Amino acid sequence: MRGARSAKWVVSAIVVAMAATACGGGDDSGDGDGEAADIVRVDGGEPQNPLIPTNTNEQFGALVIQNVFSKLLDFDDNGEIYMVAAESVESNEDNSVWTVTLKDGWTFHDGTDVTAQSYVDAWNWAANIDNNQNNSFWFQDIVGYEDVHPAEEGAAPTADAMSGLQVVDETTFTIELTTPVSYYDYKLGYDAFTPLPESFYDDPEAFGEHPVGNGPYEFASWERGRAIELAAYDDYQGDDAAQNDGIEIKNYETLAAAYQDLLSGNLDVIRQVDPRDLPVYEQDLGDRAINQPYNGIQTIVPVWYNWEDTDPRVLQGVSMAIDRETITTTVLNGSRTPADSFVAPGVYGYQEGASGGITDYDPERARELVEEGGGVPNNEIAIQYNSDGGHQEWVEAVCNNLIENLGVTCVGDAKPDFATDLEARDADQVVSMYRGGWFQDYPLIVNFTKELYASYAQSNYGRFNSPEIDELFAQGDAAATLDETVAAYQEAERVLFEEMPAIPLWYQNVNGGYSEAVSNVRFTAAGQPVLTEITVN
Amino acid sequence: MGRYVVRRLLQMIPVFIGSTFIVFMMMYALPGDPVRALWGERAPDEAQMAALRADLGLDDPILIQYWHYLTGLLQGDFGTQIASRREVIDVIGQALPATLRLTALAFLITVVVGVGMGLLAGLRAGKAIDRGILFLTLLLISVPVFVLGQTFQTYFGTRWGWVTPTVQDSEDWGQLFLPAIVLASLSFAYVARLTRASIVENRRADYMRTAKAKGLTRRRAVSVHLLRNSMIPVVTFLGVDLGNLMAGAIVTEGIFNIQGIGGTVYRSLNSREGSTVVGIVSFIIVVYLVVTLLVDLLYAVLDPRIRYA
Repeated sequence: MRGARSAKWVVSAIVVAMAATACGGGDDSGDGDGEAADIVRVDGGEPQNPLIPTNTNEQFGALVIQNVFSKLLDFDDNGEIYMVAAESVESNEDNSVWTVTLKDGWTFHDGTDVTAQSYVDAWNWAANIDNNQNNSFWFQDIVGYEDVHPAEEGAAPTADAMSGLQVVDETTFTIELTTPVSYYDYKLGYDAFTPLPESFYDDPEAFGEHPVGNGPYEFASWERGRAIELAAYDDYQGDDAAQNDGIEIKNYETLAAAYQDLLSGNLDVIRQVDPRDLPVYEQDLGDRAINQPYNGIQTIVPVWYNWEDTDPRVLQGVSMAIDRETITTTVLNGSRTPADSFVAPGVYGYQEGASGGITDYDPERARELVEEGGGVPNNEIAIQYNSDGGHQEWVEAVCNNLIENLGVTCVGDAKPDFATDLEARDADQVVSMYRGGWFQDYPLIVNFTKELYASYAQSNYGRFNSPEIDELFAQGDAAATLDETVAAYQEAERVLFEEMPAIPLWYQNVNGGYSEAVSNVRFTAAGQPVLTEITVN
Repeated sequence: MGRYVVRRLLQMIPVFIGSTFIVFMMMYALPGDPVRALWGERAPDEAQMAALRADLGLDDPILIQYWHYLTGLLQGDFGTQIASRREVIDVIGQALPATLRLTALAFLITVVVGVGMGLLAGLRAGKAIDRGILFLTLLLISVPVFVLGQTFQTYFGTRWGWVTPTVQDSEDWGQLFLPAIVLASLSFAYVARLTRASIVENRRADYMRTAKAKGLTRRRAVSVHLLRNSMIPVVTFLGVDLGNLMAGAIVTEGIFNIQGIGGTVYRSLNSREGSTVVGIVSFIIVVYLVVTLLVDLLYAVLDPRIRYA
């Protein structure tokens, strides 16, 4: 009897436990509208931030934002500008005031008109420090930014709006800059410079879950942890209207799982295959495989606080001791393209062979240069990287090159994850060199040089400091036309190869592909598929 | 018995508080700052970081932060994620159903297949079937779960098309079957070994002879007396294993694309989302505590000599 009574207790405890867990279980799924519509399924993941253009700076959120919103202007594969939502973007003579004229007749997905005010209000809101937007710094060139976004920590804004933004009429507004910039229109091509509808301000939090934009697709639904659905917007006024009925962005835990789905017809477009599948994917997919460089570069960056007294020729030698061609084709399975410049090829201002041979593999010349420069300090190099990002293999390969060709000791300095890696960089605690990665904000040479190697640049974790380079950048920024700017920056790049603030390794490649169910799949120089052009067979 | 259960439930409170404290402090001790991480490779805007920290209460001393967290927890508030500004309870609630389904299915397979094979092997000890089961279980124990998972996925999913290679809809039990087998494989191999050893030992026990002497059928002697008495070590293992199946399914979840607890806690750890990690770990701790209690109670059911007062 004793046993039976105990059993009763066990049963009731189980019932309580089941009842407690059942609360989480009962969500209903409302799918079942059939596959009649031409929906393109593309791989994605859980967006990290709320879906507000000025708060999104990682790939999964950006994939949604870039299709739900249309920017003022965009870039072709050579980094040249074309207009999208803007009729024109023009500067005054000294590039201090920019006038944006919008195309007529555009509407948000809720039916309200897109006006100059929609842009100005959105930017003022995003720049305001109280609204905690990750991308607020994008508005720092505009007059009055200091008033809505004071630089001192803890200070409150003194104004609601930036005085540099002025609405002229329904479709025109002006942007006044604190310092003239000849290429400000390039910055306007970033995701943050998009308009927001009136309804946004009523409830930004709800908007973050269901954004309403002005782009080719309207946001349809978000089934957390499974998929985000976008539907083609019928009243879209732009030239890039969707050629399909909608997009389903499926959530994947791993790239390998997405690839299996692509092979079995449960996914249409994969944006990147897992390193594990790199050796086979071109064979599996045939001409449906895509392998092309995009505007991202990987470098190794010597930290100046430890390398300052070393002759730059040593670093040139280190650069020439690395066999980029072999590493990219073997260790990296063709997922990178050897770099010959600090700038990626799809960027305006890129010059083929800008390195002048310093990125070529030449072990003998490498040894000579290192000797002429007085040798590697302590004969030791360590490359810091985050070990959760698949970098270990190539770091080891690069080290092997250096050990073999220069007779130095070289080790990988692994940090367990990116957060730890960044902390060491922020605190100036990198031992020797770190793995640098840079992806374009806008495809102009400025973005790949000044933002990384100017002494005052915030992302200059190597703390490289060269008055000569700073001066050349300043000349470029002060130039009257874009071409003069680019010329000055190209000269600066030449000098960069003399001073070696970083060693360019290779450009990132898109290793993507698509299923037999779709056609017209193309990736941009920004590394993203052009979803609007895809047709379903 | 009732008082025993109440006492055990009360004991859970300090254990729960202590473990959340330890996990909270461990998250805090990790290098890397979650607010800083929002800017990635790019240098952050100091003023904006300060404003965000103040907004999220991350500028308070760590003990105050823990106090806020704990008092929030008692009111059912698990906190808010730093990057997504979502309620942590929503994040957990989104990942939990899939994990619970997968765990339930895997656990069922573990119990049914594991005990079944163990019983068979134990009763036929030394015969061909015993050797066959020994071989199979040793194989499953030695093959890493990602090898098994990817092999099954490639053959049953991609090559032969019997099932979809990944789980398209985690509410469909049929699709969860393959991942559940992979997840359960290691456990049921262990359970089979444990059961077999226990059965072989007890088969010759005095009570089995008595049962035979008083004329019980073999079927009844095995199912009521032998099996029940042999279950104690197995139940102990199953109790611990339930927690492992739930929290440790990250590899299986990754292969079959199940958006469950394992992947969520891994991502949160990487982006230093402290409140999410502590929330999930606390939940797992509660699961462990409750299961251990159930196991202890089950001892009394299985062996009437064990009594709780």
